[in-house]
Amino acid sequence: MMEVDVIRTENLTKKFGNFIAANELTFNVKKGEIFGFLGANGAGKTTAMRMLCGLLEPSSGKGMVAGYDIYTQRDDIKKNIGYMSQKFSLYDDLTVRENIRFYGGIYGLSRKEIAAKTAELLTELQLEKEAKVLVSQLPLGWKQKLAFSIAIVHDPQIVFLDEPTGGVDPVTRRQFWDLIYHASARGVTIFVTTHYMDEAEYCNRVSIMVDGVIAALDSPANLKLKYGANNMDEVFYQLARNATRGE
Amino acid sequence: MITFSNIKKTYLKGTVLALDDVSLDINKGQLFGLIGPDGAGKTTLFRILTTLLLPDSGTAIVNGLDIITDYKKIRDSIGYMPGKFSLYQDLSVEENLHFFATIFNTTIEENYELIKDIYIQIEPFKNRRAGKLSGGMKQKLALCCALIHNPEILILDEPTTGVDAVSRKEFWEMLKRLKLKGLTILVSTPYMDEANLCDQIALIQNGKILSVDEPHKIVSNFDGKLYSVKSAKIFQLMTLLKSYPDLKSCFAFGDALHATFLETTNYEELAQNLLKKGFEDIEIKEITPSIEDCFIQLVNSNK
Repeated sequence: MMEVDVIRTENLTKKFGNFIAANELTFNVKKGEIFGFLGANGAGKTTAMRMLCGLLEPSSGKGMVAGYDIYTQRDDIKKNIGYMSQKFSLYDDLTVRENIRFYGGIYGLSRKEIAAKTAELLTELQLEKEAKVLVSQLPLGWKQKLAFSIAIVHDPQIVFLDEPTGGVDPVTRRQFWDLIYHASARGVTIFVTTHYMDEAEYCNRVSIMVDGVIAALDSPANLKLKYGANNMDEVFYQLARNATRGE
Repeated sequence: MITFSNIKKTYLKGTVLALDDVSLDINKGQLFGLIGPDGAGKTTLFRILTTLLLPDSGTAIVNGLDIITDYKKIRDSIGYMPGKFSLYQDLSVEENLHFFATIFNTTIEENYELIKDIYIQIEPFKNRRAGKLSGGMKQKLALCCALIHNPEILILDEPTTGVDAVSRKEFWEMLKRLKLKGLTILVSTPYMDEANLCDQIALIQNGKILSVDEPHKIVSNFDGKLYSVKSAKIFQLMTLLKSYPDLKSCFAFGDALHATFLETTNYEELAQNLLKKGFEDIEIKEITPSIEDCFIQLVNSNK
């Protein structure tokens, strides 16, 4: 099978005045890959992600996401990606079912498709009994799992996860990664940021941003070898400790 | 120094149980960690301790003072840094510090020695508004403001949440130095790996304390032997291992699986089996559990 790039950037740069938030980023992400996007606070991760999601126009450089150009086809990008973060995911004052219907509708799914997806999601997450419960009443771990499933309700090519497991208990955190692996096995590309360095190990490849540039990009095994480290925590520490930029 | 006896707290007319019969003892001069996920009850516990919230039942004594009848005196002896940045965003760095010194009837000069190491890092920005500071600098300022009245007890609610791995290390270094000055420090965190930096920890989930002890003792109380099972095909390995009858538990930990088995398990045989199933790089070895391993085991045994 030919490997297809779902994200490809070349010297992608974003400047805010004199400040270079993201400096000549060149990388690619393959279809179905779990790609870890790490960096210290203020390294430029959020800026890079916003450009890739079609929310921010780059200053220079090239980029393709899900087959669309990040300058001229930003609306097409938005339709073909999913997004979830710890901070924003679901509407607390809508029920589980209403959230699914709302996001399904936003992404242009038909009534029939929404009905089928709702049934599928509720079964998969074992939330049938909670379908009419307000999301605010769900424990955080369930909320995050539901948010992830809803982020891919429209079968996007890529899903962007911005610290999806922050503050989640260790057991749920692992269940969350099971969901990620299932989605990846179905061909959904996963682009994920995290502060948990053990989660970096679950990624096929990891990039580490420092002060606006990609300081390292490889598989966790190769990175550990290259930096003579026992774990990703040590790799990250070696690369990020000399960072000069704060958040 | 701090004693919690059978503290219970509910929200929403008793429908949400935040703290379920919590008892704790914290000694003077300790760096005490309260470790658990979001929603475990960490913030509720701190709010009761800081006299900002009343428990439904139970008693708590801080420094010999009762949290209900002596709340004003307690407030003078504690410094509290809430999880959410709570300084005045439109006051400058220096103005914030001055403000907090004044409301505690003291001056910056009087207690400067205590905050000096931390404050000099943000002093170049002393005229900048707090709202315009970077995350790391905000945190340092908040810590200075919590310390400026020279409290005996410092209470920090999730100071390292959302902070990158490098800054987290630096923050813990700061806490260690403060501890040397004689402060009793209580810190909550969802990061299990920070547990080992504390003298004593309490693991908390769903309003219940699962265990209180020195980190190494919690580790030595792990039930059974823990094995690291490793292969490049980690998720396929997990699926297969979960169907293995001798398996008691199995969780992914970075590039390896951490598993416990029945006592009668023959690990040579297991390795041979996995080798035959196509895991040519299989590696099984006994390891020392981490606090996270212990936490998961305690949660599961409490279900």
